Amino acid sequence: MAKADTKLFNKASQVVLVRQGDRTVLTMANDFRGDPKEFAVVIPVPVVLQKEQVHIGDKALLDHLDAYSAPRLVEYFDEDPCSVLYDRLAMATPAAPGLAGGQMASSRSKSLGVTIEARYTVGEYDILILSALQSSGLETWLRENGYRIPAGASSVLSSYIRQNLKFFVAKVNLKEQARLGYTVLRPIQVAYESPKFMLPIRLGMVNADGPQELFVYALTRNGRVEATNYRTVKLPTGDELPLYVKDRFADFYKAMFTHQAMKENMSAIFTEYAWDMAWCDPCAADPLSPNELRNLGVFWLNDSGDPQRGAPRPPIPIRSGPQNAFITRLHVRYDAAHFPEDLVFQETSDRSNFQGRYVLRHKWTGEGSCEAATRYRADLPRKQEREAQSLAALTGWDINDIRRTMKVAPPPPEPVAWWQRIWK
Amino acid sequence: MPLFPQLRTSVFSDPRHYQITVLASLLVYGVLALDFEIAAGRAAAIVVTALVTQFACTRLWALERFDPRSALISGLSLCLLLRANSIALALAAAVIAVVSKFIIQVKHKHLFNPTNIAIVSLMAFTGQVWVSPGQWGNVAFFAFLMACLGGLVVNRAKRSDVTYAFIAFYMALVFGRSIWLAEPLTIPVHRLQNGALLLFTFFMISDPRTTPNSRIGRIIFAFLVAFGAWYIQFRLFRTNGPLWSLAICSLTVPLLDWLLPANRYEWRQRTCGVKAVQVMYETISTVARRVDDRRRLAQPGASRLLRLLRGQG
Repeated sequence: MAKADTKLFNKASQVVLVRQGDRTVLTMANDFRGDPKEFAVVIPVPVVLQKEQVHIGDKALLDHLDAYSAPRLVEYFDEDPCSVLYDRLAMATPAAPGLAGGQMASSRSKSLGVTIEARYTVGEYDILILSALQSSGLETWLRENGYRIPAGASSVLSSYIRQNLKFFVAKVNLKEQARLGYTVLRPIQVAYESPKFMLPIRLGMVNADGPQELFVYALTRNGRVEATNYRTVKLPTGDELPLYVKDRFADFYKAMFTHQAMKENMSAIFTEYAWDMAWCDPCAADPLSPNELRNLGVFWLNDSGDPQRGAPRPPIPIRSGPQNAFITRLHVRYDAAHFPEDLVFQETSDRSNFQGRYVLRHKWTGEGSCEAATRYRADLPRKQEREAQSLAALTGWDINDIRRTMKVAPPPPEPVAWWQRIWK
Repeated sequence: MPLFPQLRTSVFSDPRHYQITVLASLLVYGVLALDFEIAAGRAAAIVVTALVTQFACTRLWALERFDPRSALISGLSLCLLLRANSIALALAAAVIAVVSKFIIQVKHKHLFNPTNIAIVSLMAFTGQVWVSPGQWGNVAFFAFLMACLGGLVVNRAKRSDVTYAFIAFYMALVFGRSIWLAEPLTIPVHRLQNGALLLFTFFMISDPRTTPNSRIGRIIFAFLVAFGAWYIQFRLFRTNGPLWSLAICSLTVPLLDWLLPANRYEWRQRTCGVKAVQVMYETISTVARRVDDRRRLAQPGASRLLRLLRGQG
């Protein structure tokens, strides 16, 4: 089994964005491993959130979603060419989590123009909803209350304040955490209604050293989600790769993503998976159950008594599940130079399925001697060379290193034309 | 009835030839370099449907000659902009675009830009089509290239005023909002460096057949479209503001033409004789309209407004 560790990408965040109409449920997960005292988040939100709009989710749900939607390897075994038919085996590996942090304490000052619109404790988090009149006031307030917010945040905060956004501020309540007995920080979920279908990323880029990684799992009713203010590109898929990629799938995925992002000038968002959540083929992990989806915030599942309403029946339902949820997994590596504005999305009615899927072919080693077998053997070096070339093109790895690892010889040089030898 | 009359004239005597060339090149670039999600077969089907519809309408309305150019432009624009799951809807768009020119007319002038009304009506009534404004990316070079190419087209169409007025108003609104919000200026620049916006500005709103006849009318129209687009995009937070805004603001064109009369745009350069007759006819009809206007302006309040709009007061 090929395995890619979930800590594949550093500084990675995972966000689940459930959306229908103006209703949005946002789940934010983090793999914060430091001292919980150090943890804090500041997120601009469009409305004042009441306690009932905030919920603490289960990290396992995100892990499941990650595994279900991750780029996958498929293995095929070449059959005896003297007969035909393929057997297949599927497997997959997930990608990565995380969310930016900050710092926290408590006390307030009206004179700074900061208003605490709401204050409550949910699960292991103390949550405040702040509104502010001035960014400098808000910055001072956050500092005085123990948030170590980066220098320069004020300029970003000010545009959010002018847009009348509120600030969702959370820190860990250590007592509650000890009482509840959780050692890892669970994802925070918020539900709200707003025409804005966007993710604020600018705060996270203040003072960031190097690009950051974000995975967005959009769950919608109609179809694929894409960015409207950046190019959304599909990850290359379907290539046949050398067998050794099986043991180095994590490296491959990382290198490929980096290479593809560079090819798009570091300014594109990648679609890694887009699928009707009722099924998968091949399945990297089982589709999520209706219950899991509801916990992630897919609120419309409650609306219809019949979960199979509205969507066309898949041709080969591998495993059954709710039909009217469509997942889009987006992966973006962003920095301030290439992503000056927050991500804005739209839901399209595109229901065509897409997956990042890479093929390994085991060669047939039988003894057959029919004509097809002879042709098959003669063709093998060319096939292997093609696989090496694909891998090099996807990842930017050196073709000679790849050939060495594959233990294949480079192809014989092209025959030299007579005129090329004249003036040597 | 001669087919393809343009073949007899020089290739760029008509701005539409240049426009067709540019749109076709953009489509090829989009499919090859930017992975636009439109297969060659579907693109061909859309263009052919637009042409066939134009031909059928030409017969049905007993027009003198079949002119494929406008239909070709609509077909190519739809390939560039419209995305749909089902090919039936994509073809329906081509039919709506062309038929709208024949059916939705006010005083023999079609009301909507054909591509625009096809996209907007399908988005509004089926919910099964979409436009991907982000598909072009923000590569500055590409934006620049498109602006140049588009600029050429509008200059040739001699109605570049609406394009420049629109982009000036829209830039003012987008920059204005960012300055008001104290956002870094990289944000509005990024928003304006959008291929879809350029395509709209240089190839859609510039359509001389659906913009007001008078210059001042076109500038007012450009402002309305720019404000509507900005409002939809940045106050209502919906996508494709320019497309929705153009469709809605097109309804004001007959009013602007009535308030601010001027000659209608004709694509083709006529021969001297034809042109003289045409100019005479238009002068007479303009004078007649103005006389009508005066009569209507018996009411003092309205007359002041009209004089003001015409720059006479």
